Amino acid sequence: MKELVCIVCPRGCQLKVDDKMNVTGNFCPRGKAYAISELTHPVRVVTSTVKLKNSQYVRVSVKTSQAIPKEKMFAVMEEINKVTLSSPVHIGDIALKNVLNLGVDVVVTKNINK
Amino acid sequence: MIKSNYDLVVIGGGSAGMAGAIEARKLGVKDILIIEKNDYLGGILNQCVHNGFGLTEFKEELTGPEFMTRLSDEVEKLKIDYVLNTTVTSLLPDKTIYASNQDGFYVIKAKAILLTTGCYERNAGAIMLPGERPSGVVTAGTAQLYLNIYGYLVGKRVFILGSGDIGLIMARRLTLEGAKVLGVAELCPYSNGLNRNIVQCLQDFNIPLYLSHTVSNVSGDDGILKSITISQVDEHNQIIPGTEKKYECDTLLLSVGLIPNSPLLRDAGAKLARTKGAIVNERYETSIPGVFTAGNVLHVHDLVDLVTKESRLVAHFIKEYLDNKQSDSSSSLDVIPGDGIGYVLPHKITKGNTHDVTFKFRVRKPIKDLNVIFLDKDHEIKRIFKPVLIPSEMTEINLTNDELKQFKNNITVKVEKKV
Amino acid sequence: MKKTNYDIVVIGAGVIGCNIARELSQYELSVLVLEKDNDVCARASMANSAIVHSGYDPVPGTLKARFNVAGNKMFDELCKRLCVEFYRIGSLTIAMNDEQMKTLMSLKERAKENGVEVKILNHDELLKIEPNINPSAAGALLAPTAGIVDPFTFCAHNIENALDNGVILHLNEAASNVIDNGDHFLVKTEKDTYQAKIVINAAGHGSYKLASQLEKLDYEINPRKGEYFVFDHYTVGLVNHTIFPLPSAKGKGILVSPTYSGNYLVGPSSELSEAEDHSTDPATLAMVKAGALEMVPSLPFNELIRVFAGVRATPSDHDFHIAPLKTHPKFIHLCGIESPGFVSSPAIALYVVNELVKPLINLKKKNNYIPNIRPSLVTRKMDNVARAKLVKEHPEYGEIICQCEKISKGEILDAMSRSDHPHTIKAIKKRCRAGFGKCQGGFCQPLVAKMISEYYHIPLNEVLYSKIGSNVVRYKTKGEK
Repeated sequence: MKELVCIVCPRGCQLKVDDKMNVTGNFCPRGKAYAISELTHPVRVVTSTVKLKNSQYVRVSVKTSQAIPKEKMFAVMEEINKVTLSSPVHIGDIALKNVLNLGVDVVVTKNINK
Repeated sequence: MIKSNYDLVVIGGGSAGMAGAIEARKLGVKDILIIEKNDYLGGILNQCVHNGFGLTEFKEELTGPEFMTRLSDEVEKLKIDYVLNTTVTSLLPDKTIYASNQDGFYVIKAKAILLTTGCYERNAGAIMLPGERPSGVVTAGTAQLYLNIYGYLVGKRVFILGSGDIGLIMARRLTLEGAKVLGVAELCPYSNGLNRNIVQCLQDFNIPLYLSHTVSNVSGDDGILKSITISQVDEHNQIIPGTEKKYECDTLLLSVGLIPNSPLLRDAGAKLARTKGAIVNERYETSIPGVFTAGNVLHVHDLVDLVTKESRLVAHFIKEYLDNKQSDSSSSLDVIPGDGIGYVLPHKITKGNTHDVTFKFRVRKPIKDLNVIFLDKDHEIKRIFKPVLIPSEMTEINLTNDELKQFKNNITVKVEKKV
Repeated sequence: MKKTNYDIVVIGAGVIGCNIARELSQYELSVLVLEKDNDVCARASMANSAIVHSGYDPVPGTLKARFNVAGNKMFDELCKRLCVEFYRIGSLTIAMNDEQMKTLMSLKERAKENGVEVKILNHDELLKIEPNINPSAAGALLAPTAGIVDPFTFCAHNIENALDNGVILHLNEAASNVIDNGDHFLVKTEKDTYQAKIVINAAGHGSYKLASQLEKLDYEINPRKGEYFVFDHYTVGLVNHTIFPLPSAKGKGILVSPTYSGNYLVGPSSELSEAEDHSTDPATLAMVKAGALEMVPSLPFNELIRVFAGVRATPSDHDFHIAPLKTHPKFIHLCGIESPGFVSSPAIALYVVNELVKPLINLKKKNNYIPNIRPSLVTRKMDNVARAKLVKEHPEYGEIICQCEKISKGEILDAMSRSDHPHTIKAIKKRCRAGFGKCQGGFCQPLVAKMISEYYHIPLNEVLYSKIGSNVVRYKTKGEK
């Protein structure tokens, strides 16, 4: 039996997983999926910023379009740190396509027009 | 362009202000102005680049900037007037607003006001942080702005005091951006942040969390932070000698609580609670008729989704007020936080109330297997079982109008361990 | 070429040094002020009660009594000339019982000797003008001429006026050593050596050590630390006067006072300490709190916004030392200027220049001397019409940078454009109040930092909080340099 805190949403359910991967304590189905994923191949969404030029702002916020393997967080950050975008930028713009061949993009999360 | 008269002026264009204005417009309030001090709508969400927002409001997980953009897009779509870079310098009890920006100094009359000015961070002075006052002691939100908007790390060896969510979020952000976070000390024997943030902001990066610990000394070299010492505290929050741990660091980040930013209300003569939020009735109306308030300036919320929900609700009461349809508020019952309750909202239920009312409260400390009990003075009216309540999660309990009619003296809310 | 030869070098830009610099600036003299910190008014002059004491209390015949009484009278005109907020609110020394009422009677006699107007109030008279005083108080001694002042601009505007009139100020230069070469002194700092005909040693805690290099002094300095609370300005009318307990051997005791900005100040403690120890500790603050609550039981501790400590240079013989060294008559030594030093400072400056400097050097008045600083505009003190007009003419006065204290961008730009060019977050805070409010700069510090960065054309990571090395941000992210 393993106990863990669900991080899918801010509710933070206390999950219990038995040896046969039966999950209890979850409020919603995503909790079950999280528990199994966390015990087999844990993943995280990375949120950060990238450099921005031609703007009064020097950074624009980004996120990975989906969760990436937890152990790749720092490697993905290194790639994110290399990116420079040019204003204007919009939510959903791709800052980094298929980062590290993970099948996940890094996308812009803010509109900056000036 | 700022006109001299509006039906509704919303002071503060963050998530609470925008959600309230949007809902008011949808309910048919025509003449609305949002006044925002920054050069964008969205308030603090602008710098909250992490995700976890919007699950209730938009049924999907968004980052702070995405969440605020959803709201500001709707403000634009509904053609709600707003002014940026504008500060309300004072508010009078007759609902006159003084506002200042680079284009002028304005006197605005509002029929109704929604005050949504958010909160500010408790700082070193307010907690009497012991030791010296060197540079390098920074509140977590200020460091977040420097990092996420300006692109600078305050320092590279960081200790964090307080396990509030901003502190936890910053522990992860600083680590990902190349700083070393040495640890987080929390005075309480439990964390004040969301469980999920403990896991993904601290445990993921092996950052230790020291519960029942506080900073017992701050030491600098000619005004510049060099080290801090943490110590364990006993159940009375007194430092236990001999438990000191010293950390060399260039930054002490404070995440020691948020305080409603309510001086405008206070200067206007509105009554404030001990928490510095306004005293409101079940319509979220302050002691000044026609001045309503919602969001973190009323009480600090766990989640922005709860802020927008509250503000949308208040918009309905504002509409009633503008339509002269609100019930008699000449007398009211006091809502009193009883045993185990930190604060409870609303503070008053007017005699003329005909609605069900959702009571919002926080417990003083974590409690398991408990009953939440509503009493009329000493006489029990309602009792609800809860498996667990913690201070960092606001609890909401609904009382129907029929239940409310049973209270004659006051409404006391308390929690009691189930025996 | 950097000028290293001066008629007079003033060491220290605390309240004494700043006043002396301004007083000297009206004469045809070359004057250099050396300050070891990155701004004027950085130590004891910054961290004190900021009370313009009436002068009833010092022992008659002492320098403290003389300069306190004389200095008090100078504040109205000086603060007008220098655009410094100053209010003569009066002080009340509280007697808690009949025994203490007797002491008040003897203090009244002392006041008479010092030439200070006072009045004894009985219980009812006291409670009438101060309804929040502990109702068990027996009475009080009212000194109507006592006042409160903005200590930061009092120093800063003095030095600004001195600089306007040709005085030179070097920050971040501590005088480490003074050598008397007979017809001139050599004043050594880490960066340079300066030649001066006269040295005025106003180095605060540092002045004793500096003078001791030239002559053995027959007294000691025992630094005493005072810890304070600062409350926000929302509780209007908590107290209307500066409230003192009866004075004791340790000093004037723990006071409760409004400040020039409508805040409330509570303190100080008084313990022996190191000169540079500005730390606060919970036990001492608890003692201050208890003492203050005895006089004003309703003190709003939930409005606490800051605690701080200042260190007084307490002399073992308990009086100011203001005189040339016996063996070095052109080395004018000021030492042990503890309370009431702040109120005494303009009178001390006048005395130093007119009585001590004058016999040593020809004092010829400048014909272009300007005794006033350029008036500054304080938007929060203006009425709506004036404000609207100002913003039309100068839009930067419409943009509010510090939301708590309502300080406009125009006020900060104006401060930076003055001759003392404040260039740190703290220097701006001291001159404009930006960052003095309830959030203590949480919101405005990044905005002020950006303004400093733009005004002085430096990157953000070179903007300092106060001292050299106190950069508000240290590292650019994403590998940027």
